[in-house]
Amino acid sequence: MKTVNEDALQKNYITAAYGIRSWLLTRDHKRIALLYLISITLFFFVGGFFAVLMRLELMTPQGDLVSAETYNRLFTMHGIAMIFFFLVPSIPAVLGNFLLPMMLGARDLAFPRLNLLSWYLYMVGGAYTLYAMVTGGIDTGWTFYTPYSTGYSTTNVVPVVVGIFILGFSSILTGLNFIVTTHKMRAPGLTWFRLPLFVWSQYATSVIILLATPVLAITLALLGVERIFQVGIFDPALGGDPILFQHMFWFYSHPAVYIMVLPSMGVVSELVTCFARRRIFGYKFMAAAVMAIAVLGFLVWGHHMFVSGQSVYAGMAFSALSFFVAIPSAVKVFNWTATLHKGRIEFRTPVLYAFGFIGLFTIGGLTGLFLATLAVNVHLTDTYFVVAHFHYIMVGGAVMGYLGGIHYWWPKMTGRMYHEGWAKFSALILFVGFNLTFFPQFILGYLGMPRRYYIYPEEFQVLNVLSTAGASILGLGYIIPMIYLLWSLRKPRTAGPNPWNATGLEWLTPSPPPTHNFDKTPIVTEGPYAYEEKSANGE
Amino acid sequence: MANSSSRLAHQFDDLLQQQEASNLGMWAFLATEVLFFGGMFAAYAVYRSLYYEAFVAGSQHMDVLLGAVNTAVLLLSSLTVALGVHAVQRGDNATLTRYLLMTIALGSVFLVIKGFEYSHKYAEGLIPGIRFTLEGPNHVELYFILYFVMTGFHALHMMVGIGIMTAMIIMTRRGRFSPEYYNPIEVSGLYWHFVDIVWIFLYPFFYLIRVHP
Amino acid sequence: MSGHHVSRKVYVAVGLALLALFVLTVGIAYIDLGPFNIVVAMTIATLKALLVVLYFMHVRYSSRVTWVFVSASFFWLVILLVLTLSDYFTRGV
Repeated sequence: MKTVNEDALQKNYITAAYGIRSWLLTRDHKRIALLYLISITLFFFVGGFFAVLMRLELMTPQGDLVSAETYNRLFTMHGIAMIFFFLVPSIPAVLGNFLLPMMLGARDLAFPRLNLLSWYLYMVGGAYTLYAMVTGGIDTGWTFYTPYSTGYSTTNVVPVVVGIFILGFSSILTGLNFIVTTHKMRAPGLTWFRLPLFVWSQYATSVIILLATPVLAITLALLGVERIFQVGIFDPALGGDPILFQHMFWFYSHPAVYIMVLPSMGVVSELVTCFARRRIFGYKFMAAAVMAIAVLGFLVWGHHMFVSGQSVYAGMAFSALSFFVAIPSAVKVFNWTATLHKGRIEFRTPVLYAFGFIGLFTIGGLTGLFLATLAVNVHLTDTYFVVAHFHYIMVGGAVMGYLGGIHYWWPKMTGRMYHEGWAKFSALILFVGFNLTFFPQFILGYLGMPRRYYIYPEEFQVLNVLSTAGASILGLGYIIPMIYLLWSLRKPRTAGPNPWNATGLEWLTPSPPPTHNFDKTPIVTEGPYAYEEKSANGE
Repeated sequence: MANSSSRLAHQFDDLLQQQEASNLGMWAFLATEVLFFGGMFAAYAVYRSLYYEAFVAGSQHMDVLLGAVNTAVLLLSSLTVALGVHAVQRGDNATLTRYLLMTIALGSVFLVIKGFEYSHKYAEGLIPGIRFTLEGPNHVELYFILYFVMTGFHALHMMVGIGIMTAMIIMTRRGRFSPEYYNPIEVSGLYWHFVDIVWIFLYPFFYLIRVHP
Repeated sequence: MSGHHVSRKVYVAVGLALLALFVLTVGIAYIDLGPFNIVVAMTIATLKALLVVLYFMHVRYSSRVTWVFVSASFFWLVILLVLTLSDYFTRGV
């Protein structure tokens, strides 16, 4: 494969134009990715701020830092900021935007203007929600359950719901763009089964976004109508059924879990192959598994509602269906392990995050099976066991994958290498801090500590203090990368086109790539991850 | 073909790729629309099965005739859109403009009639949350809430459709379309047909629940 | 451009068929078929939707991808309706 001289005279996408207008009106997918990177990082720290306050409150059994009302707002706004404004857009909007066209050998996404519009919708929705948070906040929980959210809460329910409604369009436009781009803009020779698994995972995610998000939109719209006009769509006093709200809400929000974690799986597949220098084990199964998860993920939403009053027969069906999701998930974990097996693993920073993902996702997934079991679920519903479980999936899984991807493609995005020592150290810190924060919560939940309370019995204090201590370490694990990544921007652009010696079309371009990505559309003649061939050629 | 190559956006290799991409984009968008309205249809199905008598009672207040006129109007508008696409494929932009104007006119008739129906409902006190005075079977408001939400969102889509068709007329007048390049017309047509399909279901669901004696 | 050209006659015929089905659905509504009124109404509405999708929206002449997209949206709609209703129809059984 031909590599491009990194010191080529052409301008890259960052130096192609200067000035704030050139960024705010850009249609370059790579610049839009950076706009997203900045905005979602902001929301990550907003959500993190709420988490810090919660963990501080929970250091003691008494409510000495915040009131019950404030605590309700904190966990609600933590969830909303993290889920809707960070996790859902994180990998697709940043890494997907940046990489998908390059991995396909395309000059841009199919609809660059829609792509920019989707960032603006994100910003409008985000600004609206932030405004609602600052002027009183919201205390319904991120799930907005009726009738509390429509009849009783005195907080800013409608503004937040409007913000998320707008955000939904941003998500949908990104998904639409990715789907059309993957179908129509693949380079010559790049057949479906030669696509990198990152592309497959983005495609599966986009399918979920397109088909689930509109249901959330209409659910929130109905909620808004009920609250504004005080009519009874979901209010049992007026003949409505609050469980219908839950059905419609979870029709989106369960698949949304896979919107958050599938992209990370795509990242992990890229990292594992690159640093084990091996072809992925069972490529077609891996591609089929992400698609299977995308479809099966739509059939299991009722497992969030076992104790809500839905029919026990529906509960049994949803419980049984939930177990099926474990099959493709396990296929992925086994195949990553098999890829690593007998590989000569190069322990660089990105692959450390991939290891973190595999381990933590496995714990999160297995505890998910406990929760999918109807009888066990009745015991564990609304305890810290649930909180620990989904943080293992969303932080241990999704965020680990996101950070792994950022570290892997950072040299491509910026042309700079970060300090490897600090990066490894902070990956370790993150792993330790994460487990110390959330593992005690499994035990707390098993012992019966309910979630969403600002006070608790004294016997839970030791584990809560451990968790808060872990959270402070975890916080450090987020702040250190911020510092050394930003610091790396002061260095010259010496990363070179392919610092990891990786396969994949994105590595054929200079770092940072020029605006049009490829001088000449690449022609693909082989499948992804041809690392064995690369080594055989002495590369 | 200097005219059509200037229509080619830089990220595409040729007009065919561009056309297929935008068609597929519209189909993907319509898939989200199916689920958007699908959420409302799910609510409709649940409440109709729970409170069938209330839905019957509520539907007695619908004007079957006005609903029927509106259905016919929308079906005709779909036909004019289809014929418009046919015209532009043959390069007959004058006929295309005529069909687009007819489409807009039919769409507007639909909205005006809908407006009359809404104002009648207001006069009769049948709008939950705003003016509701009906003493009907238990939970008859649910029928009217769903009626207004579903037909309201449908009407909103109609307005967007009329806006799009107006833009298409302007683009046609500026000579943007030719038998080689008419993709925006085709894609706008897909959207219009979809909105028509939604009404095909709304009409029997709200007007024809039990009209027989 | 590659778009399939459907003849004027087909469009007009489909338009007339739609109007005929519409008249039929109104007419049948006035006959008491018990629980079958809704079944008939749904069947006719689905037929009309199919005519619009296949001919006016050209799906009959479109690529396989379009078929997949159309079927997928219909399939997901069925998931939403069936799984939601499965709860309501089995409550208190």
